Amino acid sequence: MDYFIELFCSGLSRGAIYALIALGYTMVYGIIGLINFAHGEIYMIGAFTSFIVATVLSILGFPLLAIVALSGVAAAIWASAYGFTIEKIAYKPLRHAPRLSPLISAIGMSIFLQNYVLLAQTSDFMPFPELIPEFEFMEPYAHVVGSSDLVILVTTTIVMLILTYVIKFTRIGKAMRATAQDRTMAMLVGINVNNIISATFIIGSALAAIGGLLIASHIGQINFYIGFIAGIKAFTAAVLGGIGSIPGAVLGSLILGLTESFATGYVSSDYEDVFAFSLLVLILLFKPSGLLGKAETQKV
Amino acid sequence: MFSFNDIKKGALISLWFIFLTFPLMVIKVDPIERIIHWRWSNAIMIGVGTFAVYLFMQFLKYRKEQQIQNRTVKDTEELSIIHRLIAEPKKRNILFASLMAIVLIFPHFVSTYQTNIMITALMYVVLGLGLNIVVGMAGLLDLGFVAFYAVGAYSYALLNHHFGLGFWVVLPIGGGLAAIAGILLGFPVLRLRGDYLAIVTLGFGEIIRLVLENWNEFSKGPSGISNIARPGFFGMEMSLEGSILYLYYIMVAFMIFTIFVVNRLQDSRMGRAWIALREDEIACQAMGIDKQKTKLAAFSLGAFWAGVVGVVFAAKTTFINPASFTFLESAIILSIVVLGGMGSIVGVIIGALVLILMPEYLRALSEYRMLAFGAILVAMMIFRPQGLIANVRRTYRSEKKNNPA
Amino acid sequence: MKKKILVAAAAMCVAITVPVVGSAGDTIKFGVAGAHSGDLASYGLPTVNAAKIVIEKVNANGGINGKMVELLVEDDVCKPEVATNTATKLVSEGVEVVLGHICSGATKAALPIYKNAGVLVMSPSATNPELTQSGEYPNFARTIAPDDAQAMVDVEFALNTLGYTKIAVVHDKGDYGKGFAEFAKKFLEESGKAEVVLFEGVTPGAVDYSAIVQKIKRSGAEAVMFGGYHPEASKIIGMMRKKRLKADFISDDGVKDNTFIKVAGKDSEGAYASGPKDTTKNPLSIQAVQEHKDMFGADPGAFFENAYSATLAMLNAIDKADSTELEAVKKALQTEKVDTPVGSIYFDEKGDAIGVGFSVYQVKDGVFVEL
Repeated sequence: MDYFIELFCSGLSRGAIYALIALGYTMVYGIIGLINFAHGEIYMIGAFTSFIVATVLSILGFPLLAIVALSGVAAAIWASAYGFTIEKIAYKPLRHAPRLSPLISAIGMSIFLQNYVLLAQTSDFMPFPELIPEFEFMEPYAHVVGSSDLVILVTTTIVMLILTYVIKFTRIGKAMRATAQDRTMAMLVGINVNNIISATFIIGSALAAIGGLLIASHIGQINFYIGFIAGIKAFTAAVLGGIGSIPGAVLGSLILGLTESFATGYVSSDYEDVFAFSLLVLILLFKPSGLLGKAETQKV
Repeated sequence: MFSFNDIKKGALISLWFIFLTFPLMVIKVDPIERIIHWRWSNAIMIGVGTFAVYLFMQFLKYRKEQQIQNRTVKDTEELSIIHRLIAEPKKRNILFASLMAIVLIFPHFVSTYQTNIMITALMYVVLGLGLNIVVGMAGLLDLGFVAFYAVGAYSYALLNHHFGLGFWVVLPIGGGLAAIAGILLGFPVLRLRGDYLAIVTLGFGEIIRLVLENWNEFSKGPSGISNIARPGFFGMEMSLEGSILYLYYIMVAFMIFTIFVVNRLQDSRMGRAWIALREDEIACQAMGIDKQKTKLAAFSLGAFWAGVVGVVFAAKTTFINPASFTFLESAIILSIVVLGGMGSIVGVIIGALVLILMPEYLRALSEYRMLAFGAILVAMMIFRPQGLIANVRRTYRSEKKNNPA
Repeated sequence: MKKKILVAAAAMCVAITVPVVGSAGDTIKFGVAGAHSGDLASYGLPTVNAAKIVIEKVNANGGINGKMVELLVEDDVCKPEVATNTATKLVSEGVEVVLGHICSGATKAALPIYKNAGVLVMSPSATNPELTQSGEYPNFARTIAPDDAQAMVDVEFALNTLGYTKIAVVHDKGDYGKGFAEFAKKFLEESGKAEVVLFEGVTPGAVDYSAIVQKIKRSGAEAVMFGGYHPEASKIIGMMRKKRLKADFISDDGVKDNTFIKVAGKDSEGAYASGPKDTTKNPLSIQAVQEHKDMFGADPGAFFENAYSATLAMLNAIDKADSTELEAVKKALQTEKVDTPVGSIYFDEKGDAIGVGFSVYQVKDGVFVEL
């Protein structure tokens, strides 16, 4: 039973990690229907920015709390700036292009950003400063849930709640939903669609940056390639939960994390990804638009 | 030419990019030695570079506007040169014959190395044409195409390794197995549409690679299979140069065969059904087309070509391991199709040549190669979203005749 | 009609003789192939530097038997399919010997092409045992010990020095890591002294390894033997310490890299890793490192000394054999001992260097100390 709980906690924290990245995917997809392959790279850039800022601040002798706060803010600002710029350069000119063109553009952007960071910084793995301290009250449970696991879980929950609130009740959230439903109609009722899309990219990127900081601190290392694999998994999770749906992204991520964890624990980690992808196929077989995705009724 | 506003805007954009790239380009930290390098020169470079690029873009825009103003009414038909050439049978034959001649004598004027990379390019042409059936014609977004390529490559490697089967025997077997894999994948995903389909195919590609990586008894795992026989020619012993040349001609023949088949397919009942399915599934079903059969046919036919090329790949490198069949490979094949122009055969050929030969000739750029590759992909999409050679839809015009009643 | 012409044209083309291969001139063409770009570039570039240093020195002293040595460098990104292109390019440029390739997979793909052209290939880093032991590559030699030798060293150390009875073997599913892990498992089982309680691969680049760490903990292993590279190693050891798992960590040459200590930080204390025997006291090694600093202004990277030694060994063999014929050079390699930064070495018939070996290191106060 202990073993089960240990695996459950591992799966939960892994799922929470996926969720932080998956939220950005799902938001962008919901609003412009684009698989933003560069989202994983935004996450990586967020993590790298926080790495640089945190290291500089710690060399300058700032206290830990200030380092965490400032590097988090810096990561969010710069990741948003990248998200905003990428949308303007690589996606906006393609709004009315054939559906696959923005996808290729996104793949190109992803390759570009990876190599940009590789050249501007380094190809080596760098040690990521430990921004999440080991809490003392967690010590008795450390063998099951670490402090960083806890922080990630709590952050994911808070972020999801805030996001749901924003989307459901605020002006900008309503505008987002309207844009997602029907862009032309939204324009007609006076919504500045361009601004709303930019806002979506900015929010999604900021979330990815927060995720980047927490995850990099959790695993303690960083290099230019971390975005790709995490991005693919997070995207899988988003689809699993029903892409375009915010609670769906979180649910999908948790299910994916738990599946991988139990597959590793009870079967073999050799095939953890096989289990993850097979689960995806299975779920999509019975719910073709994901767990919480809206079943699209086709109108003729 | 450049107004004051243009300059101001350019300066603002440059400032934005300096800000954007500031942490990554300017600061470099060494957390162990606790040293910070401030590379201010990079910021200046980015600023000047952005400004120059901006002015250049403005200049292009300006020129384009000028052209539009000066343009007379005469060329309303916006067809590319290639399409106009192909439209006329006489010119087309001359073009094809001269291309053919160039292709055939090509290896005798260049080094073996050039021939070798040309084989790779030709392989990607066929792969692109295969994926074009699935994505371009039937409109099914497949991100796991490399799985079928792997099936073909491993069929040859394993059959050759265990049973000593030759290249020519395995060629149809490899294609067939890949086609069967295509049907196996096709069944569960028939209900899915659009991007759900994309992620499932991506997952399928990953599953195949992971199985190859982990199932040692079957595939020898990550260390791969070496010493795969090159294609034989009636039991003749061939030198390396000879066999590369031979492979080149095999690949040329394949390419021609593929172009022929795909071209015929496009105009067949099945091809029309694919295109109809891509445009509107419901209307298509209403017209009495069996959706399931049509989709499965697209998957398996596309996979067949990938399998065949997989066999050639194994024979060419004589060594394969699962690391050659990653998602990036699928992404590159997809890029070939989209970059070339979806559904357009000429486009796919040119797309493959550009995308595969470009990194080889960009070797001079060394570490900036992949950076340039990514940037070119984005730029291509922005400036020609329909692809290099857009597909021209078959159009029929009914000329009104004044029939005296 | 068109078809007939085509057939005729094709037949003619096949009949025309194959393109002429660049013939050997009055220089010795020395090829260097490996990953010089991409994510594995840091393993390939030091080899290029090593070759540059040695060849510059040789040429300054009048070359070999009156011939200057010419350096040809080609990138293979560590991908088999690219490596065949690289090899073909080098062969068509007329290389006589090649230093490389860096990765075992790429080396395996490229070797038949060199074999066909009678080119000697010496790798500073390809450790896959098959390369020498299968006997399929008579033109191959290397200045690094193969994986099985390395696994043997680790296993003996774990059993005899540390006395473990329960060991978990973990790998990164890669060519190198899984190969090492399989040998380790085999040797452990054959010894009968210890039980392999777990044998599993982790997915490189995964965001979190806590599930596998829990599994290791449950298996009751006293030590984890890891096959793979340092990024995964530091992630696993970090996660083990986070989950309060005290088991020891034993690993391979891919982990015996200072980056491992930098990234894993204090978690790396006490970890074991095998690597080539310590050569820092060898005067030739000190000299080689100094030459690198003088020429490139930085410390050399991975496999630098192996590459330096390989260059020396090959040029020495060409000098002694007074020829670049494969058989003659091979014979010289087997008979003529040569002093290199990795020790005084010669080669056996299969191509493995005799005189280079592995020893086990432990991280103590942030540095690897030879045990």
